[in-house]
Amino acid sequence: MEALEKKWAEWAGGIAAQGKLANQGIRLGYDGCVLKSSGVVTDGPFVELREILGGFMVLRAEDYDEAVTLSHGCPILETGGSVEIRPIYPSLA
Amino acid sequence: MPVASDNQLLLKRLFQQEFSKIVAVISSRYGLAHVEVAEDIVSDTFLSATEHWTAEGLPPNPTAWLYAVAKQKTLAHFRRQGIYQKKVMPAIVSEPPPDDSFPEIDFSDHQIRDSQLKMFFAVCTPQVASEAQIALALRILCGFGIEEIAAAFLSSKETINKRLARAKAKLRSEGIRMELPSETEISDRLSRVLHIIYLLFNEGYYSRTQDEVIRRDLCTEAMRLTIFLTENELTNRPESQALLALMCFHASRFDARQTADGGIVLYGQQDARTWDAELIARGFHYLGLSARGTVITPYHIEARIAQLHCRPGDDPDKWERILLLYNQLLILQYSPAAALNRTYALYRARGAVAALTEARKLRLETSHFYWVLLAELQKDTDPGESIRCLEHALSLAKTKPERQLIEERINILRK
Repeated sequence: MEALEKKWAEWAGGIAAQGKLANQGIRLGYDGCVLKSSGVVTDGPFVELREILGGFMVLRAEDYDEAVTLSHGCPILETGGSVEIRPIYPSLA
Repeated sequence: MPVASDNQLLLKRLFQQEFSKIVAVISSRYGLAHVEVAEDIVSDTFLSATEHWTAEGLPPNPTAWLYAVAKQKTLAHFRRQGIYQKKVMPAIVSEPPPDDSFPEIDFSDHQIRDSQLKMFFAVCTPQVASEAQIALALRILCGFGIEEIAAAFLSSKETINKRLARAKAKLRSEGIRMELPSETEISDRLSRVLHIIYLLFNEGYYSRTQDEVIRRDLCTEAMRLTIFLTENELTNRPESQALLALMCFHASRFDARQTADGGIVLYGQQDARTWDAELIARGFHYLGLSARGTVITPYHIEARIAQLHCRPGDDPDKWERILLLYNQLLILQYSPAAALNRTYALYRARGAVAALTEARKLRLETSHFYWVLLAELQKDTDPGESIRCLEHALSLAKTKPERQLIEERINILRK
């Protein structure tokens, strides 16, 4: 566990050292429940999905390429996970 | 030694101790808009003290004498100006005086502490720019003379006077009040106060000035102010304790990090026996206290790093821990210094190759430290490039000891 923490800190620290970590974001727990349009609440919903969202981070990058480069080295990749890279649109308000 | 010079020494010490207290009490009673009047009254009081004490000898209780005279002069001033009725009275909303007499100035211990604490928050108000705040803090909270402040900032008395005047004008125009922040504001307001003290400490520790006495004074004052905060219930919070721990650990190596003639001794060459064990112990004490809260501030992490630096020896495990802490610090708050230090820790923990890859990503070309780091990482693999980096650093370095150190390294590589 400690080794894993360290890996995450090192990857995020490397991005932060470049001044490109805008927000360290949040980490999501693996349990939870799902509210569906039918009004049914289920727990352990994640069996339906191949992947679940573990958390997010906000980076400062010039373009997609840079964002992808920064995402290399994310420890989730070592355990078969993946990193999704998406733009943040300016808020309408 | 003649008596007069004894008196002068005592006066100097008393001035340092009492200036900020008397200014705080007067400003707290009559409003911050009159802070300059308060400063004048205190100077005037010390002038009277010089005259009287030289002619008539020392009073039995010099501090009480100063308070009594300051009180008289304050009352005389506001009575003469008629300022009280016209301007001060309407401005005092929170605490109306009991009757129509002039408000009593009270120099009790409680009143002094309370006023000083209010002054901390007033001086560190976000409406004034940081650099002006440090100067203002040195003047109003530490009782520094204009000349000393000018020396600390390597600038002229005129510049400092202007800067202070602008800051005080801002206090007036923004209507900053002498009051303590509420429970909900305290965390934000305190972080501002701590930030200014942190800058003050750094100004001394990594000073631009060559004046050894002033540099030490700045660090001592910063620590004194933080100790004051930890002695007050409202401000004795984990972040204050963490900052104090950080300063204790750093200050413990103050002597070890410079040569007798003012040169820089790098960490690796420092003699651990010259580190101040008592300050290190105090650092541990405050670090322990700071860990009892629920917040982790950058001061907590920096204090832990400083503590590890106070551990003699150079094992990779120590550098691994320092690296992890720098990662955490950067995730919490970016700063170029932290980015450079993280890369240095990476170098010490994992070697030059891994560190060089990371160093190239930092893009801190305007910092001479960046070029020194790049040079260090390539000294074995590419001495020629290493020298070029050092030459670049030399063109950017600001102080003489830094330039000396860089030149020494170039000479070693050229051999």
